[in-house]
Amino acid sequence: MQVQFTVNGRAASVDVPPNTLLVHALREHLQLTGTHVGCDTSQCGACTVHVNGRAVKSCAMLAVQAQGADVQTIEGLAAPDGTMHPMQAAFKECHGLQCGFCTPGMVMSAVDLCKNHPSASEGEIRELLEGNICRCTGYQNIVRAVQQGQKAMAASA
Amino acid sequence: MGASDFSNLPHIGESVRRKEDYRFLTGAGQYTDDVVLAAQSHAVFVRSPHAHARINSINIDAAKAAPGVLGVFVGADVAADSINGLPCGWLITSTNGEPMKEPPHPILAQGKVRYVGDHVAMVVAHTQQQARDAAELVEVDYDVLPAVVNVADAAAGAVAGAGLHDIAPDNHCFKWAIGDKGAVDAAFANAAHVTKLDLVNNRLIPNAMEPRAAIGSYNRASDEYTLYVSNQNPHVERLLMTAFVMGLPEHKVRVIAPDVGGGFGSKIYLYAEDVCLTWASKKLNRNIKWVADRSEAFLSDAHGRDHVSHAEMAMDKDGKFLALRVHTDANLGAYLSTFASAVPTILYATLLAGQYSTPQVYVEVDSWFTNTAPVDAYRGAGRPEATYLLERLVTRCAWEMGLPQDEIRRRNFINSFPYQTPVALQYDTGDFFACMDGANKLADVAGFEQRKAASAAKGMLRGIGYSSYIEACGIAPSNIAGALGARAGLFECGEVRVHPTGSVTVFTGSHSHGQGHETTFAQVVAARLGIPVDNVDIVHGDTGRVPFGMGTYGSRSISVGGAAIMKALDKIEAKAKKIAAHLMEASDADIDFAGGEFSVRGTDKKIPFAQVSLAAYVPHNYPLDVLEPGLNETAFYDPTNFTFPAGTYICEVEIDPATGSTRVDKFTAVDDFGTIINPMIVEGQVHGGLVQGIGQAMMENCVYDRETGQLLTGSFMDYAMPRADDFPEFKLGHVCTPCTHNPLGTKGCGEAGAIGSPPAVINAVLDALRPLGVKDFDMPASPHRVWEAIQSAKA
Repeated sequence: MQVQFTVNGRAASVDVPPNTLLVHALREHLQLTGTHVGCDTSQCGACTVHVNGRAVKSCAMLAVQAQGADVQTIEGLAAPDGTMHPMQAAFKECHGLQCGFCTPGMVMSAVDLCKNHPSASEGEIRELLEGNICRCTGYQNIVRAVQQGQKAMAASA
Repeated sequence: MGASDFSNLPHIGESVRRKEDYRFLTGAGQYTDDVVLAAQSHAVFVRSPHAHARINSINIDAAKAAPGVLGVFVGADVAADSINGLPCGWLITSTNGEPMKEPPHPILAQGKVRYVGDHVAMVVAHTQQQARDAAELVEVDYDVLPAVVNVADAAAGAVAGAGLHDIAPDNHCFKWAIGDKGAVDAAFANAAHVTKLDLVNNRLIPNAMEPRAAIGSYNRASDEYTLYVSNQNPHVERLLMTAFVMGLPEHKVRVIAPDVGGGFGSKIYLYAEDVCLTWASKKLNRNIKWVADRSEAFLSDAHGRDHVSHAEMAMDKDGKFLALRVHTDANLGAYLSTFASAVPTILYATLLAGQYSTPQVYVEVDSWFTNTAPVDAYRGAGRPEATYLLERLVTRCAWEMGLPQDEIRRRNFINSFPYQTPVALQYDTGDFFACMDGANKLADVAGFEQRKAASAAKGMLRGIGYSSYIEACGIAPSNIAGALGARAGLFECGEVRVHPTGSVTVFTGSHSHGQGHETTFAQVVAARLGIPVDNVDIVHGDTGRVPFGMGTYGSRSISVGGAAIMKALDKIEAKAKKIAAHLMEASDADIDFAGGEFSVRGTDKKIPFAQVSLAAYVPHNYPLDVLEPGLNETAFYDPTNFTFPAGTYICEVEIDPATGSTRVDKFTAVDDFGTIINPMIVEGQVHGGLVQGIGQAMMENCVYDRETGQLLTGSFMDYAMPRADDFPEFKLGHVCTPCTHNPLGTKGCGEAGAIGSPPAVINAVLDALRPLGVKDFDMPASPHRVWEAIQSAKA
């Protein structure tokens, strides 16, 4: 099936079998391999992208459901000149990543979290990150990064 | 250069932000599944649905005829090509002098399957979907056999007909012991008090976030293989695969472990899939990719822990330890994984002296095959099992002797170094009292009673738990490891390539899968050479680029891999001084090197590092008669001892007695890692280790059905993974007694959190539940289990 959508600001068109998940369309048909697959039960959140401005687990959605949608992946988050988004910069500054595998999903969730909950407390941030599993960092520096990214996003809004 | 000089260099002790982060944060990491080779085909494995069964026949006709299928491989094909089974890298000798039982570990089942997930067939097709569909068509006729799952059942011979291997019909792999049994028994006979404890160290599933993945590739023109694999030690992988399994010339095989999404031990090993893909890539002349589903990872990654133990401590009337006696039954799973036999022996029992001057220790270990996934090293590997046992026992000793948890530890701490334990290790240095004092202060133990009263006012129970761990890291002096049964060396390599303009590329045998070597190692080089950190790049994870190295596990990277780089830098510095001496017309002996400049002692003559490197590669004014051009040095470093990180952890839990719901309210960790190069990275390692250790104590638990051997916790829906809201903010502190025998003074920090934390948590749970009469408790402290413990104490 032909799916036409916008990915990272550009028109994209993929021809995929109808049972193709959005994550596989992104990874295998558009070579956007920054979005990762960490589980098969929609638990880990490594595949989180934005669809029409909302964080979505792209393993829990068919590619055809993205017909006409505006999809943003981790590759589209930095500025065109490569300058990182404030949330990406906060993750680096606060050491909110180690192996980097959960990171793209974690960052995409964090951006959505801060848009919708600009004044979330530490405890609320921890709760709101429940859909993303990280095995390396122990979450402490991720939470710090989200707090810092939250401030930076508020300042640049 | 000595450790104290090193620790004073610029960049050492500086939280340099990570060089690797930009690619990970922008989606540009290259994990194995992100690598796409030309005309890449896909493999899917047909796995056993039974824990134990005889294979009567396998019919692959329908699968072979399915759309897109390129090949279907079964055990008979493996046998026809004389592919050997997977080797075990550590020989343990039983107390009766017999070698451990080493049954074959075939890459595809030979007549029998021995755990749910065991490899039966491999289907290769153009697309992954085609391979999956065809795998469904492989028909296997099984005779199901009785399965033994629990190690206690295996030890008791409780299941008739559940002998897994002909070579070990009673499923016993080895009985191993360490220590002086006679002296221990004598000490027990004279003890004022003996404290006893039975405990279970629950089985865990490592669950690195990147599932295992590999691509086998073969080039017919050059007769060369390339294996991309999510792995912690590509040279070890290559050596085992070529020399022991496939009989391939080592120089014709390149193993690349690109970005690796976490390992925690589970990616040390040579797995059947890696060999199958390499083998089939030549047979089909195709590039073949396999990526584990998470469900597949649950079934087939090597698991961790799974011990059942009985421990006894003999004390005098003041709570001074006289002797420790331990018996452990260890579950090895269905086959011997790469380092499985070392985990419950060398890496476990040798740590049972802990931080204490217990004069006599005797440990006996029986290990057993069961119809479960192979068990091998998982973050800490033997040392968490030792620490859990000892620190649970020590806290129980305290309670039985009427002493505070910290006091009994202080009464028994080792207080002078070097210290020879009764179980083989010699600790070079440490300050256990300082760690305890620091932890008590940071955890505000003085305010505990007040917090406990506040909890009680809410109807909640509060408990405090201690754990003082020590671990042996920086594995290992190769000759000692060899004498203990290791079938590999345990050195590390480092190559420092100085470019003509003075920037540097380092090739290390260590492998980073999250630890930040690209930054920490660059700091070491930048500090030594007086150049910016950005002028140093670290290359790792590719046998085609890096000299033979042993890889990353056992918190060894900085202490062994970093030390190898230091040795290479010594050679660089020595040669560069000769070049500088020539350029400045001085004697070698008069040249000083500091801050990136060579100077002639007693004069104002000096030249920068880059001028020397340029001269090395443009040797016009150069002592060519006595010195080779170039500035490129390689060193191999073999440590003279283990390193011994140690610390004290304090946990406070709050429990709702009505529901059993248990919350870790405070957690404090004070560690002694020796010299710290990048505090930010070290603290990140501790945080991660703590969450894995507290995860084991609070929620993680691998459960197989006791009769059928089906994995009941086979997904993230059933296996509780720690999440962000399960933890408070950790409080960390540090003590520094530099390691005395490596040039950096470092000890390693990767596993401490996972080693030290479980007993602190469970001691806290027991402290909270003690007033209700709860005496025993096994991990994990899920609400249900805590509630049950409360109810049974009431009854």
